[in-house]
Amino acid sequence: MIFEGVSFGHPKSAAGEVVFNTGMVGYPQSLTDPSYRGQILTFTYPLIGNYGVPGDELDEFSLEKHFESSGIHVQGMIIDDYTERPSHWTAKKTLGAWLKEQEIPGLYGIDTRALTKTLREKGVMLGKIIIDREAGFDDPNRRDLVKEVSPDRIRTYAQKGSRMTVVVVDCGCKNNIIRELLKRGVNVIRVPYDYDFTGLTYDGALISNGPGDPKKCVKTIEHIRKAMAQEKPLFGICLGNQLTALAAGGNTYKLKYGHRSQNQPAYLVGTRRCFITAQNHGFAVDDKTLPEGWDPWFRNLNDNTNEGIRHRTRPFFTVQFHPEAMAGPNDTNFLFDDFIKIIEEHR
Amino acid sequence: MKVKKVLVLGSGAIRIGQAGEFDYSGSQCIKALREEGIKVILINPNIATIQTSKELADKVYFLPVRTDFVEKVIQKEKPDGIMLMFGGQTALNCGVELHEQGILRKHNVKVLGTPVESIILTEDRKLFARKLREIGVKTPKSRAVRTMTAAINAAKKIGYPVMVRAAYALGGKGSGVAKDERELEGLADKALSAARQILVEEYLGGWKEIEYEVVRDSFDNCITVCNMENFDPLGIHTGESIVVAPSQTLTDKEYHSLRTIAIKVIRALGIVGECNIQYALDPNSDDYRIIEVNARLSRSSALASKATGYPLAFIAAKLGLGHNLTELPNMVTKKTFACFEPALDYLVLKIPRWDLEKFRRVKKQIGTEMKSVGEVMAIGRKFEEALQKAIRMLGQGMNGLTGNTLPFDNLSEELRQPTDKRVFAVGEAVRQGRSIEEIHRLSGIDPWFLAKIQNIIGLETDLSKGHMTASLLRRAKRYGFSDRQIGLLQNKSEEAVYRARKKRNILPVIRQIDTLAAEYPAKTNYLYLTYNGQDHDITSSEKKTVIVLGSGAYRIGSSVEFDWCAVTAVQTLKKLGYHTVMINYNPETVSTDYDICDRLYFDELSFETVRDIYEMEQPLGLILSVGGQIPNNLAMACQREGMRILGTSPQSIDNAENRHRFSAILDRLGIDQPPWKELTTVREAKRFAEKVGYPVLIRPSYVLSGSAMNVAFDDRTLERYLKEATEVSKEHPVVITRFIMNAKEIEIDAVAKKGTLVAYAISEHIENAGVHSGDATMVFPPQNLYLETIRRIKRITKAIAKEFNITGPLNIQFIAKKNRIGVIELNLRASRSFPFVSKVSKVNFIGLATKAIMGKRARTTMSMLNIDYVGVKAPQFSFSRLSGADPVLSVEMSSTGEVACMGDDLNEAFLKAVLAVDMNLPRKDVLVSVGGERNKYRALEDVRKLHQIGYRIYATEHTAAFLRKRGIRSTMLYKAHNRHKKDNVLSYLKTGKIDLAVFIADEFNKDVVEDEYLLRRTAVDFSVPLVTNLQLFHTFVDALADHADERLQVKSWGEYK
Repeated sequence: MIFEGVSFGHPKSAAGEVVFNTGMVGYPQSLTDPSYRGQILTFTYPLIGNYGVPGDELDEFSLEKHFESSGIHVQGMIIDDYTERPSHWTAKKTLGAWLKEQEIPGLYGIDTRALTKTLREKGVMLGKIIIDREAGFDDPNRRDLVKEVSPDRIRTYAQKGSRMTVVVVDCGCKNNIIRELLKRGVNVIRVPYDYDFTGLTYDGALISNGPGDPKKCVKTIEHIRKAMAQEKPLFGICLGNQLTALAAGGNTYKLKYGHRSQNQPAYLVGTRRCFITAQNHGFAVDDKTLPEGWDPWFRNLNDNTNEGIRHRTRPFFTVQFHPEAMAGPNDTNFLFDDFIKIIEEHR
Repeated sequence: MKVKKVLVLGSGAIRIGQAGEFDYSGSQCIKALREEGIKVILINPNIATIQTSKELADKVYFLPVRTDFVEKVIQKEKPDGIMLMFGGQTALNCGVELHEQGILRKHNVKVLGTPVESIILTEDRKLFARKLREIGVKTPKSRAVRTMTAAINAAKKIGYPVMVRAAYALGGKGSGVAKDERELEGLADKALSAARQILVEEYLGGWKEIEYEVVRDSFDNCITVCNMENFDPLGIHTGESIVVAPSQTLTDKEYHSLRTIAIKVIRALGIVGECNIQYALDPNSDDYRIIEVNARLSRSSALASKATGYPLAFIAAKLGLGHNLTELPNMVTKKTFACFEPALDYLVLKIPRWDLEKFRRVKKQIGTEMKSVGEVMAIGRKFEEALQKAIRMLGQGMNGLTGNTLPFDNLSEELRQPTDKRVFAVGEAVRQGRSIEEIHRLSGIDPWFLAKIQNIIGLETDLSKGHMTASLLRRAKRYGFSDRQIGLLQNKSEEAVYRARKKRNILPVIRQIDTLAAEYPAKTNYLYLTYNGQDHDITSSEKKTVIVLGSGAYRIGSSVEFDWCAVTAVQTLKKLGYHTVMINYNPETVSTDYDICDRLYFDELSFETVRDIYEMEQPLGLILSVGGQIPNNLAMACQREGMRILGTSPQSIDNAENRHRFSAILDRLGIDQPPWKELTTVREAKRFAEKVGYPVLIRPSYVLSGSAMNVAFDDRTLERYLKEATEVSKEHPVVITRFIMNAKEIEIDAVAKKGTLVAYAISEHIENAGVHSGDATMVFPPQNLYLETIRRIKRITKAIAKEFNITGPLNIQFIAKKNRIGVIELNLRASRSFPFVSKVSKVNFIGLATKAIMGKRARTTMSMLNIDYVGVKAPQFSFSRLSGADPVLSVEMSSTGEVACMGDDLNEAFLKAVLAVDMNLPRKDVLVSVGGERNKYRALEDVRKLHQIGYRIYATEHTAAFLRKRGIRSTMLYKAHNRHKKDNVLSYLKTGKIDLAVFIADEFNKDVVEDEYLLRRTAVDFSVPLVTNLQLFHTFVDALADHADERLQVKSWGEYK
């Protein structure tokens, strides 16, 4: 299938796995989300670029204030109606200028609903953006994507008067996960995805989001298994949910076209409480394969896929969605409070 | 406890600030209740609504939504639950009063959904601000005051400019911005007369205005269904603003932090169901304020429902019954649940429709008070596309943002002090080369929107210069240019542009509104057309399809009645086994609910769009006769292009609409009509007027609600009105007829099949001819007509049905003086009174008409003379909302809505109807001021009667003297120009000393006397019931003298047999 559009980013061909996101705001956050590594991102909502792109200033924790990492991670961007003249008090440049700066190709003028329908019916697929020269297809899932986005050294965020230390296993961690922890006054040790953190002195561990197939993160799974034996509170987000499930002995599988949006309802299993969540994942936990002692925690109200698991007796709990939002709703932000509380209870 | 019987309060007549959206919300509520087997009792005097149709509520009471009537209904019906959220501010206020008076508790009626305590929290500004402060949410600095001194002090503390508004008011009634103490005094004076409490607030002009629609169930699950952004900055009422959904200039952080606050607020207020939250957002920082929370379904929630496909009112009703969001299905996808937030892959744009030119003296500027009478919504994948579609949908002759002739005398002023033309002013400013920065500075409109308008103007330039290439044509279509608009810029006909694009295969695609942006496959039939797409979401149907055209934007003269007609036609077609397609674009309607028809195209009712849809759907034909004037006017063009028109032939329609041809046909049939003449020159017109004698009536062809229709009393006014009329209807002839004074007006609504009358209903007007039929009080069945008159009317109707070979609905207006009957007008379509006569007679005239149109058996045994009760339809005016407008009745329609009530006799039905349009019956003090000697004589006996039954009469100088001479004692009040005199009529009106004001103007003196205008306007501004028509006054007095107010019965529709 061929779509024709107009280039508004870096004039260079690119290839990757084509996925769609139905969120109506938050393109700066989405583009810098490391979980999109290797993917060509389509925005179903047609009007994009409206409020431009903010500057790359850092916040009080030295994290990029407006972005989820230090740069764009997608291979390319596909939209319909591009705003050439953005309007916002935080805007420093246009979306096109930013893409050029970051050397990412972008196309506008594409019927993104038609493209989304195709992906929905046929499943996510490989694709390429041809601008300057013919390019081959490139399947990012064959690569070790987590390795590409995970840092290669430990970074410590120490805070004065901090009560506790949380290890974040960075498999491509979004800035706002770190920020949500730091805002609550804890120390954070951010470690590479394959780092054996069980030897560190810490009070709780958080396994972050990240791109690609969880089964490729063999070492991380091993470390999580080891950490479980230490019985310290363990929280996982997105890829962290899948890795924890695998460490516990469960299985994961690839969804036909994933969940990438800001309106996914996740209900608390066994209750009538439901939360609107932001999501970005192509793989999911098969919660029927969970071993004894583990329960599904949240499920998706739309398609009943797993949205989180937890251990019946031990302080291990993970979610498939993004309680840190950015982009998306903040309804499950309380999970960070719960995490801190549980750490306190277990010290 | 599960409720078994629920009382639903409707919103009454359509008025500015409270329109058709409550028919939509009420209908959905009733459906949601009925689905659960709950018995539904509805109180709503708005007889033209769909919610008051047979198929919906179990019992309908056409009664005023007032505590006294509601209590009586409660006593009689003994419901165990009540819904207050679906009938606008009327129902909400009534609900609060019922609660405060202990009526609900006394009769053990449970308020379903949001508790009254929460409603009060949102309505009382002081409590509201306190509550929000408690949870750390910002509201504007505001002080609630009850006196002028307190208002002045509050303004001093807050700092000028300040915003002034009345508490418990809808549509920003009585609100405004005061720059200094003098302006504050003026505003506060008016606002304090309308409300117990007024608010003096921090003015946030220039901030962005953002709205969220929030839903909460009793399990504390919360979602926001939609957010919206106003094109116009704060300072312009959201009902007056162009609104887009979703927001366009908000970042993720802004969008979601406002969303988080919305959820925090709905939880703190304890709302169960739906609410609307309005924000002000600083365009230069993170700062925000919550301006308002509406704890009920609102205009915005109706818009949000249509914008997203999420049935807010239906879900809110379900939540009111205690359901959980996670267990209710998503009715669009049918695969997922109601607990989610719609993702859009398009945007919608709403533009209000104003009818300000219908009012004399009204201020044209738009601002904090709502003046618009309706709205349209356009769907597109580009802002430019949606904007241009919406402008055309307004139906005011504009071809889009460009391609119009609209001169502006002072463009900067127009941008600074916007009127209903401001969007065109922005376009013109861009065209003149003004920078976006400058336009932004003057208008306060966000540069994002201005840049999009710049895109349209850029394309306008390309089109007017460039050769029509395929790519230019495609681009123009993608930016929402119509064929006609492109043709104007390229000096080509609409047809030539159509052929050019068809040849190049530039055609729109059909898209679904699926709530999940294509993430899940959806079965939805909710559709729109766009050129910004490459494939259809659906394929055409194989079934026997009939397309019904809706009525477009509500405006003066075309309102919910036509929606009832369109919906009823679709329902009948469905029953007959047809596949139904509806085209309409009014977000306030039931016809645009996608569960009404098999396919809903939420799109333009233009010839171009209808043809595109026709070609894709390949239907059996089009029904144009149930949607008012807009579809009716398409008849000839559609037929010319080979589309099949079902029902009466377009040629006949054209013969009826063209006044010249119509009159000629009547002459040939030997049917009487007032002498007429087609205008050619002013001189000839004057000669005609001299011959038949003034006054004369001037009317253009092909118009509804008497646009530019006027009565001229002399040469001077004749000249002026002729000019107006030729401007309104350039393509069609203008006709002058002799205006017959003191004549009765009679209407017939009927259905015919192949030229034979199937059913008919004759109604009489209480007001004499000269008051537009839409503004007249109608009585059915007629109570004061000779049998001979009825016989003649029937005979004429039969002759006309035969001559025009009518199949379907028709309406004829007659003028009767003594025994002479003349035809004024023939409409070969459903009229405004179809729902009224259908519901009073219990014979569904549209159902019959639809059957006739489809060639099915259409018969009734109904006889008008066997109806043992009376229906009275009364107009609802919205003068109080239109600052400065002269509340006087004329041949041009000015009412915004209507009610109808039934009674055992005329007097009873009449008083109920009067109460239902918010007119309180006078307790004691009646003020009478009658202009002209003849009128004084005509009013004399009525005034005498009033005096005799114990009313105290006040009268202005001449009237008082006249009465005194004839033995009626009255208190004399000085007229307005004697302002310094203590007993001045204005001060009496302003201080609530008058219960009813009767101001009859001298009809021969058409130059409005300033004094009289001031009297009428003051009565309206200070909420004093006002009567300006002699016959109406007479009927009113008759009813009061008959003590009909002591026997206003509480009977359901079904009990009138």
